[in-house]
Amino acid sequence: MSEPLLSVRDLHVTYGAEGKAGVPAVRGVSFDVAAGETLGLAGESGCGKSTIAGALLKVLPPKTEIRGEILFDGEDVLQMKPGRLRAVRWTEMSIVFQGALHALNPVQRVGNQIGEAIDIHDPRAPTKARVAELLEVVGLPARRGGDYPHQLSGGQRQRVLIALALACSPRLLIADEPTTALDVMVQAQVLRLLEDLQRDLGLAMIFITHDLSTLSYVCKRTAVMYAGRIVEEGEAEEVFASPAHPYTAALAAAFPLIGDHSHRLNPSGLGGDPPDPRAIPSGCPFHPRCSVAVADCPNAAVELWPAGDGRRAACVHVLNGSRP
Amino acid sequence: MSDVLLETRNLHVRFPARHGEVAQAVDGVDLSVRRGEVLALVGESGCGKTTLARTILGLERPAEGEVRFEDEPISYDARYLRPYRGKVQMVFQDPMGSLNPRQTIYEVVAEGLRIQKRPGDEAVRVADALAQAGLRPPERFFQLYPYELSGGQRQRVVIAGAMVLQPALLVADEPVSSLDASVRGEILALMLRLVHEQGVTILVVTHDLGLAWNIADRIAVMYLGRIVEEGPTEELLSNPLHPYTRALLSVVPEVEEMEQQILQGEAPDPTRIPSGCRFHPRCPLVASGEAERLGIADRCASEDVALSEVRPGHTAACHAA
Repeated sequence: MSEPLLSVRDLHVTYGAEGKAGVPAVRGVSFDVAAGETLGLAGESGCGKSTIAGALLKVLPPKTEIRGEILFDGEDVLQMKPGRLRAVRWTEMSIVFQGALHALNPVQRVGNQIGEAIDIHDPRAPTKARVAELLEVVGLPARRGGDYPHQLSGGQRQRVLIALALACSPRLLIADEPTTALDVMVQAQVLRLLEDLQRDLGLAMIFITHDLSTLSYVCKRTAVMYAGRIVEEGEAEEVFASPAHPYTAALAAAFPLIGDHSHRLNPSGLGGDPPDPRAIPSGCPFHPRCSVAVADCPNAAVELWPAGDGRRAACVHVLNGSRP
Repeated sequence: MSDVLLETRNLHVRFPARHGEVAQAVDGVDLSVRRGEVLALVGESGCGKTTLARTILGLERPAEGEVRFEDEPISYDARYLRPYRGKVQMVFQDPMGSLNPRQTIYEVVAEGLRIQKRPGDEAVRVADALAQAGLRPPERFFQLYPYELSGGQRQRVVIAGAMVLQPALLVADEPVSSLDASVRGEILALMLRLVHEQGVTILVVTHDLGLAWNIADRIAVMYLGRIVEEGPTEELLSNPLHPYTRALLSVVPEVEEMEQQILQGEAPDPTRIPSGCRFHPRCPLVASGEAERLGIADRCASEDVALSEVRPGHTAACHAA
């Protein structure tokens, strides 16, 4: 197998670390993304998935401590000089942010906003033609480039943001909850667009969401995060269809299968709340909410253990050879 | 006592829009909510579902038609509305936005009792409502502020604040869409428990057909101000009759057997309701030529279509059904 495009090794991110004890948002995460591959990162708010997105592009608040390695094409993003980092952002890796509806400048025409990104990175590029081309790629008529954000609907603004992320032909696109604020039908449109772009442009993509069912549909592989760590990873469809980790099972059950009678008039949730990153439970951090926890769990040093066919899961039941 | 708790008859709600235009947010809705059921009102944003819910609560006045509660048309006289709002309570989408950040949890839940001037021991009622909503022991929450709770706990407080009045009807607008995945199921389970244990009736407004499968007895699908399909949940989701419902169902990622029918564009503009069937400009049957083959294409474009019973208890407003 060739070198992965992106290789994250033992990533730790701690917010507000200087001096006093910070908030550990990511606590030792490793994963690879090959060129043209799609990886899903799933988990609930506070699990650290958006922090990873920010760390990859090094766009986290000051005083945030980032440790580990983020190798993009073999080069460590964390060691890059500011000039090199600016060049890598957008031209190599770009991001479609969550809550995108507020990410556009309200007083600038959207075409100019896309054009600005192109000009900064490649002043000689034929900006106007490229903007028109990008708008067409994301399914908007080129004339919409003359509109201000408020003249566009939510789905159209999301398309503009995707065009913006594609402006400098990156090789890796990070999509952080790109469909969360959108309507069902528009969500489907945007997912279809991302799928087409990924295939046609050979983009590698990291798709971040709490919706496992969407990942099973968009991504080849999925990693599920809990309390700043990956707790399960494998083929996206497999992870959703037959979870090895009890947390994944709960997350999968949150999106019921229509037609599945075990979910009919029987919503299933997970008791308790996601852990506070400042007070992460000992042992397996999931144990206070876990329905299959055993006496050892509060002390067990869990790590990702093989769970068959390219799967790994951090659960003592997996280590003992029994799926929960 | 009739089986129907609340109904709307030929309900129209209009809003002034730009350039003297009028938005027909609700454009002729007949909907019945039966005692003890969970009815899901499903549609895209802009279809009028939230306006319909607000009109049911007496927050908007209909331009035509009426809302009837327990067989009587509701009145917009303050003397009527206050007790009415004790019987019909709303749970909003975003629990952080609907809780006063400077009120303690006790104050939040007690407020309704005070406004409604309900007699009895306030502290006991507040404690009962919190416990019922799964916040136990309730006394531990009395002096906390909303920011000290998790998203799921906040939504439980909102539900406790509604249930403390022992309403007959709970109108819940996207009650779980702002919550984390794992907490979602817990809140839905709580809503079902309230139906079974407290006998409350629930009208849940959502865009999520999976949620309807989880908790609803019946579904009404709304498109551009009208109900276009209605029926028992299992019947409607296994035999969707309206092409709009089929399209909505086909984009739920879990439903893989169906070929995706992604409708283009966004929910259309309620100031310009198309002639004929209001769905025809986006209808896959029309676009694919199927309507032409069925010989109904002209009617789709020119003739409005009302709900009619196609299968037992299952109505749809489509020329092809």
